[in-house]
Amino acid sequence: MSHLTAWPVFLPLITGFLLILLRGKDIYYQRIVSLAAVAGLVALAVALMAVSLPGEYQVYLLGNWTAPFGIVLVADRASALMVSITAVLALAALWYAIASDTDEKGPHFHVLYQLQLFGLNGAFLTGDLFNLFVFFEVLLLASYGLLLHGGGRLRTRAGLHYVVINLIGSTLFLFAVGTLYGLLGTLNIADMAARIATAPGNNLGLIAAAGLLLLVVFGVKAAMFPLYLWLPGAYANTSAPVAALFAIMTKVGIYAIIRVHGTIFGSGAGELAYYYMPWVLGLGLMTLTFAALGVMAARNLRGQIAYLVLASVATLLIGVGLNGSSALSATLYYLIHSTLIAGAMFLLADVILKGRGAFEDRFESAPEFPDAALVGAVFMFGAVAITGMPPLSGFFGKVLILNAALQHEWVVWVFAVLLGGGLLTIVAMARTGSTIFYRTLPENPSPAVTAGEPLNRYAFLAVIGLFLVSPVLVICAQPVTAFTASAADQLLNGTAYIEAVLSAPAVNQSIEE
Amino acid sequence: MEYLVSLSIGVLTATGVFLTLRARTFPVVLGLTLLAYAVNLFLFSMGRLTIGLPAIIDKTAKAAQYSDPLPQALVLTAIVIAFGMTAFLIVLALKARGELASDHVDGLADNQQIAGQQNIVKNSDPDKGAAE
Repeated sequence: MSHLTAWPVFLPLITGFLLILLRGKDIYYQRIVSLAAVAGLVALAVALMAVSLPGEYQVYLLGNWTAPFGIVLVADRASALMVSITAVLALAALWYAIASDTDEKGPHFHVLYQLQLFGLNGAFLTGDLFNLFVFFEVLLLASYGLLLHGGGRLRTRAGLHYVVINLIGSTLFLFAVGTLYGLLGTLNIADMAARIATAPGNNLGLIAAAGLLLLVVFGVKAAMFPLYLWLPGAYANTSAPVAALFAIMTKVGIYAIIRVHGTIFGSGAGELAYYYMPWVLGLGLMTLTFAALGVMAARNLRGQIAYLVLASVATLLIGVGLNGSSALSATLYYLIHSTLIAGAMFLLADVILKGRGAFEDRFESAPEFPDAALVGAVFMFGAVAITGMPPLSGFFGKVLILNAALQHEWVVWVFAVLLGGGLLTIVAMARTGSTIFYRTLPENPSPAVTAGEPLNRYAFLAVIGLFLVSPVLVICAQPVTAFTASAADQLLNGTAYIEAVLSAPAVNQSIEE
Repeated sequence: MEYLVSLSIGVLTATGVFLTLRARTFPVVLGLTLLAYAVNLFLFSMGRLTIGLPAIIDKTAKAAQYSDPLPQALVLTAIVIAFGMTAFLIVLALKARGELASDHVDGLADNQQIAGQQNIVKNSDPDKGAAE
């Protein structure tokens, strides 16, 4: 039992405590500690990935209690991938926050940031349903603080909606967990999956209802139709680095659906095997329709990118709902792409907003801002990536998902919505680009009011760094898809997961006895 | 006892849902609190209802004679989390009340609502005077 599995959870927690002690000191020290911790997290994620790559489950028994009696952390290829994406995104967003001085606008930015990472990594690594609830609460409480960081009327209003809907989500989570515990007598995900096969027939209806209740909870986190209404307001009104980090938050919901539902209601669940899939696919298609309309209707850039995040979530839901090894592999590939590119787009929107001064990011003609050529070129690149046009990674991801849809009975709907939604987003992004960069005013109407800040080159590095992932994903498409395929196979192999978790031995057993 | 407990959970949940759907922040906070109470009771009853049985298994007693300790631990965790979240929500609602000058959940009181509030204030003034 290697401690490596637990470190991505504990490093941000310990750093968070350290940062509280540094309160009141110069923010310089907080920045050093926070940045070093996130860089360390990237290294840990790479190490975890290297250990998980051969396909062994890394099971960590907290307190040395064997499953199902204790809480376990489980790392496999998919969870190592999620931890890695989180670490990379967190590093870029933190770099941007420091370089653009966003972290100075409130006293506890770095503490909350680390606790957010603690919650995220915990949610990705835990193998226990109630523990997942606790990590959800940790990441949500940190996200409430981060969302409100910097203050402002619109931010407070969006924050109130976000907090209330997530509190209702937490209550529903507890109802679902309670029902499942009452019927199956366990909280360990692997043990639940093992027991559901032998559950008495008259309990199956209640178990199915609890499973769908869990789907609602994860749907709130993932912003699934009709539970997405909180997302555009919250993401469009918060500060840029926080919005960028939140690009991973919706993916927590997707990951939880893949992990919890895929394991408990997987192929070994008898009558209930994959009974939730039509819901996921159908709601994914609905979400994508509304997201594409939202992208068209948005009145400022940040709102538009929030709807693009929604569109990417919907695409992922469709990928999950197609239910199969190749579809799941395509989903994981698209997940890497969409998370990092959406994060970069939020940062880029902030660069544009600052450059345009009083015009902010509204879609109206403004005087040309400094370095518009460079920023415009990067925007063009990002728009191509996020709308899924060739030659960047968004295109590859969508092709993989469409390819996996060919055998599905809903293939016509999937093609129509995915391609139609893609067309609408392309039109909308082309319009955005031409409004901001081409249709500029010939001269500045009132220079004193509208002058924007010059380009912050250090902060801009974070945007470029994240965008570079897209061509890398295309150039290394072969090894990456080979990896996502093996991760998908591991996710679908429920019996191996159950076996690995329930038979993980405690250490030093002989000494205790 | 089963009917009583399930009835309490049902009433608490229904009241909580109703209050959560109100348009002002204070009823919403109350509604969320009631929902949290309901779910705590629900979690507790998921260990099956027992009376007078210990939560710690005695080696000499029969194996079936204990009350399930796990839901009690879960409820304890849930209470702490709900308590913290409620405190946070109240502070946030107060902040929103201050910044948005309205306790409406959408924050933007339209003219009608403001007019309505003014009417209430006007109407209440004479009553006050009469009482004094």
